[in-house]
Amino acid sequence: MRARKPTLVLALLLLILTALAGQTATAADRFIILQSTTSTENSGLYGYLLPLFRAKSGIEVRVVAVGTGQALRNARNGDGDVLIVHARAAEDAFVADGHGVTRHDLMANDFVIVGPADDPAGISGLTDTNSALRRLAGSAAPFVSRGDDSGTHKKERALWMAAGIAPAPDASWYREAGSGMGATLNIAIGMDAYTLVDRATWLSFGNRQDHRLLVEGDPALQNPYGVILVNPARHPGIRAVDGQTFIDWLLSPTGQAAIAAFRVNGKQLFFPARSQARAGE
Amino acid sequence: MGDAITEALHLIAFGDAALWEIVSLSLRVSLTAVALACMIGLPLGALLAIARFPGRGALVVGTNALMGLPPVLAGLLVYLLLSRAGPLGPLELLYTPTAMIIAQTVLVTPIVAALSRQVIEDLHQEYDEQLRSMGLRTGGAVMTLLYDARLSLLTVALAGFGRAAAEVGAVMMVGGNINHVTRVMTTTIALETSKGNLAMAVGLGLVLMLIALAVNGAVMALRPTKAVPRHV
Repeated sequence: MRARKPTLVLALLLLILTALAGQTATAADRFIILQSTTSTENSGLYGYLLPLFRAKSGIEVRVVAVGTGQALRNARNGDGDVLIVHARAAEDAFVADGHGVTRHDLMANDFVIVGPADDPAGISGLTDTNSALRRLAGSAAPFVSRGDDSGTHKKERALWMAAGIAPAPDASWYREAGSGMGATLNIAIGMDAYTLVDRATWLSFGNRQDHRLLVEGDPALQNPYGVILVNPARHPGIRAVDGQTFIDWLLSPTGQAAIAAFRVNGKQLFFPARSQARAGE
Repeated sequence: MGDAITEALHLIAFGDAALWEIVSLSLRVSLTAVALACMIGLPLGALLAIARFPGRGALVVGTNALMGLPPVLAGLLVYLLLSRAGPLGPLELLYTPTAMIIAQTVLVTPIVAALSRQVIEDLHQEYDEQLRSMGLRTGGAVMTLLYDARLSLLTVALAGFGRAAAEVGAVMMVGGNINHVTRVMTTTIALETSKGNLAMAVGLGLVLMLIALAVNGAVMALRPTKAVPRHV
């Protein structure tokens, strides 16, 4: 009876070996880790760009899509080779502290304010964010904030400050979701609430229901993305050479044109930062 | 909901390579984690059941409490361990399936240990004298009891598998949900939800439930029947 036990142990060991074998097979490939934001990943941009880069360079880019705050923290720990995020002040601090090599302007899109179709706060069509936010605060209509220290959350806080409003954390109309962009949109839609969202995520979002884009076009709503090589001097494992190859490609006319060529439902979502590529639009 | 069922049927009927890749990684990660958790948790549980030593009570309460370990906390602890800034950074295991297996093993081991402790303790009370008369020491008694309780312990392992296959917090944090590398069923469901593709997300959820059903069915079919006469 006891004789059957070794077979069981053997089966377990085999299972583990298979798992580890699969592990080494992928580790043999040439790859870099890109710490980036949910907005860029969810829009499908990387699904479009990365195969183009891989075909040219042979380098696989593995995307970890989290909020800008978490992406910066992960990169600070050395858990990523390249960083693409959207929070200028935090990016500059990251480089100034020696965690990143250099920050380059990569591309931009813009934020918009979306809300329920009946628009109880009456902000539809406004192009001035300050007056839109003041009307929102005065109307008691609910607003859902990311509340997760992401790039979008940092931007939203800056916009409230510019409008001269300090939403109390316990205000009944101001709700912090503490979640990614998509989850926050789902909450806002469920609560008939307003929220701030980047245009790329909004346009590619599948569960818009009756929510509408209400405010857009204010220069204050610009959303620039930067790309940074994580400093290899801080953590010995950083794949700096392949990471730099990726950054060089993104900033090259080819890479910038590829960013401009990405479309969702025929609409361009990201605008390359370098002017020579803009000419090709 | 109708949309979701259509989506689920479509996924199963026309299951593309991407879906199969995600399903097989889910199974590989969770089954390996459960196997490792059983290798650690079963002997540990049996030892806690029959051995008497100072601090045993505290250990029993501790393992029971750890059954409630939040997956996201397990993920965070394993992340801090495997990060390049952490002690095991040079192993380069973060954002790999191995990291996900480690995190799920941390989650499942207390469940296996705590539940098997109870199973073995009950059995031990019944067979204590018999084991003594056979002159078995602790080690031998542990092995005998584990073997004798194997049917109940199979259910313990299935409870562990349920926990591993269902959690999203730990694998999301240490795996990173990287397409083609560390994307599993639960992280895909979270991703599709965040894209607003709710029907697709529920469809994937239904596929996950079917897999759980298949695993449990397979275990039920494979387990030895009680009808076979046994002579212990």
